[in-house]
Amino acid sequence: MERKLGKATRDAYGQVLIELGRKNPNIVVLDADLSKSTKTADFAKAFPERFINVGIMEANMVGVASGLAACGKIPFISSFACFLMCKGFDQLRMSVAFPELNVKVVASHGGISVGEDGASQMSIEDIALAAALPHFVVMIPADEFATRALVTRAVDYPKPVFMRTCRPKAPLIYNEQTHFEIGKGMVVREGRDVSIVATGLLVAEALEASQILEKKGIQAGVMDIHTIKPIDEDLLIREAQKTKHVVVAEEHQIWGGLGSAVARVLSRNVPCKMEFVAIQDTYAESGLPAELFDKYKLSAPHIAAAAERVLGK
Amino acid sequence: MIKPNLDQLKARAKQIRRDIIEMTCQAGSGHPGGSLSAVEIAAALYFSVMNYDPKNPNSPDRDRFILSKGHAAPLLYSVLAEAGYFNRDFLLTFRRLGSPLQGHPDRRRLAGVEASTGSLGQGLSIGIGHALARRLDKKSYFTYVLLSDGETNEGQTWEAAAMAAHHNVDHLIAFLDYNKFQLDDATHVICDMEPMAAKWESFGWHVQEIDGHDFDQIFKAVEAAQQVKGQPAMIVSHTLKGKGISFMENNNHFHGVAPTREEADRALKELA
Repeated sequence: MERKLGKATRDAYGQVLIELGRKNPNIVVLDADLSKSTKTADFAKAFPERFINVGIMEANMVGVASGLAACGKIPFISSFACFLMCKGFDQLRMSVAFPELNVKVVASHGGISVGEDGASQMSIEDIALAAALPHFVVMIPADEFATRALVTRAVDYPKPVFMRTCRPKAPLIYNEQTHFEIGKGMVVREGRDVSIVATGLLVAEALEASQILEKKGIQAGVMDIHTIKPIDEDLLIREAQKTKHVVVAEEHQIWGGLGSAVARVLSRNVPCKMEFVAIQDTYAESGLPAELFDKYKLSAPHIAAAAERVLGK
Repeated sequence: MIKPNLDQLKARAKQIRRDIIEMTCQAGSGHPGGSLSAVEIAAALYFSVMNYDPKNPNSPDRDRFILSKGHAAPLLYSVLAEAGYFNRDFLLTFRRLGSPLQGHPDRRRLAGVEASTGSLGQGLSIGIGHALARRLDKKSYFTYVLLSDGETNEGQTWEAAAMAAHHNVDHLIAFLDYNKFQLDDATHVICDMEPMAAKWESFGWHVQEIDGHDFDQIFKAVEAAQQVKGQPAMIVSHTLKGKGISFMENNNHFHGVAPTREEADRALKELA
């Protein structure tokens, strides 16, 4: 069953930012010459005096945001995740994480679903990098409603936040009424045999995998861990206790991503068999997002196969 | 700006130098050379130019001083003590476990520290953030940033330079502590950034060049810089590393090495 496509999470970010900007005059938005792609261009039109296009200078952008935050502003800074996290990393460390300043890093084009632009534009290391910074919250919303809600939550959370948004339209998982909290995972499907822990665009793939598995008589539960840090330990423990078999699925390099975080929680609390669907220590390439998800073994059939492996089938 | 009393200022500069020597000596480590070179700049700002209240260190209207060259923490701490942010005795906890006087400035731990620095090249960008917030909030404070010459090697410094000029950021006044040395050697040996003043001019800054140990020149330059509209201001300040102590002047050994007790005693005698 194909899920209905909603907006891309980057589009949802651009739109909710305008609504939040209308309510909160302290919101200031910075971009590094990618505002048409990160979707902060809409905010720029609505509030030109509170938008700064710094030019192609990610390091400087982070520093400027640090100063604005120290003066009580709530800066949202956006670029592609690979550029912002890699070129701005020392600045995120020294000028944001260390002084624990209220900067929101919302970086688009996360993962390999970037597609045709190819590996240089794809961020597969952003979660590992952001999570390595003390004091940072790290999130990947799965659809437009999750994005809207979590960006809204981020405004009220007075500390550093990293959020990955993605380029393609995202299948709808939630609706306008769904309630989200930073750090609280979501059970999007109940299941008794195996738990699939997913984040971002792979939540929809995991749900599709659960339907493949259902046809084989396997009841797979699906969790959306939209907040990778701090991770929802209680939820992971509760679900793993039920099923004793866990698959983690993420559009990220296998080193340092969600899989490591989930394994750290479960190995201490509910040691159980686990499988990991992730990018296997390689860079991807140009192609359609769906083709890339297949080739790099992130798509629903691969998640279903991982579930069967973890169940010993 | 308060009308400066030069004798009083010179006495305070001497006290700050004594504190830099004593605190680095007691800590057994730290960066005295580049702290001593910027004493007059910091003293002029804190004791004649800037508006601030140590009892209300986060007042939104305060003038800001951002020490981009974070390794000159002994200078910042000595000045903050002299300005009344904390008791001078506290300086002797510098670099000790649990002290708010960290090896490099940590804004979460010590009131009066505007920015956590120590990774070079970041302070000017942070200063732009403060200056842009001023513009948005229609306030009248100034943001002063003290840069080292070595950190003009950093690409981020020039990102910030270009951006500040393009966005017509004023009320932003930078001092370059041009003591001509960086850690490994003289600046012209490691990576010569000359012509320094011309570089800043070409990036669109209002540029002045002064003797960074001459209070009169510092005040005149600050007054001129404060009048600049729609443009950031750079005051390239020619200084001596280790200034004020005969055997430390232009002696790059003291970039990141504290004086021994014997050296400190000799220095304090010269500063008596």
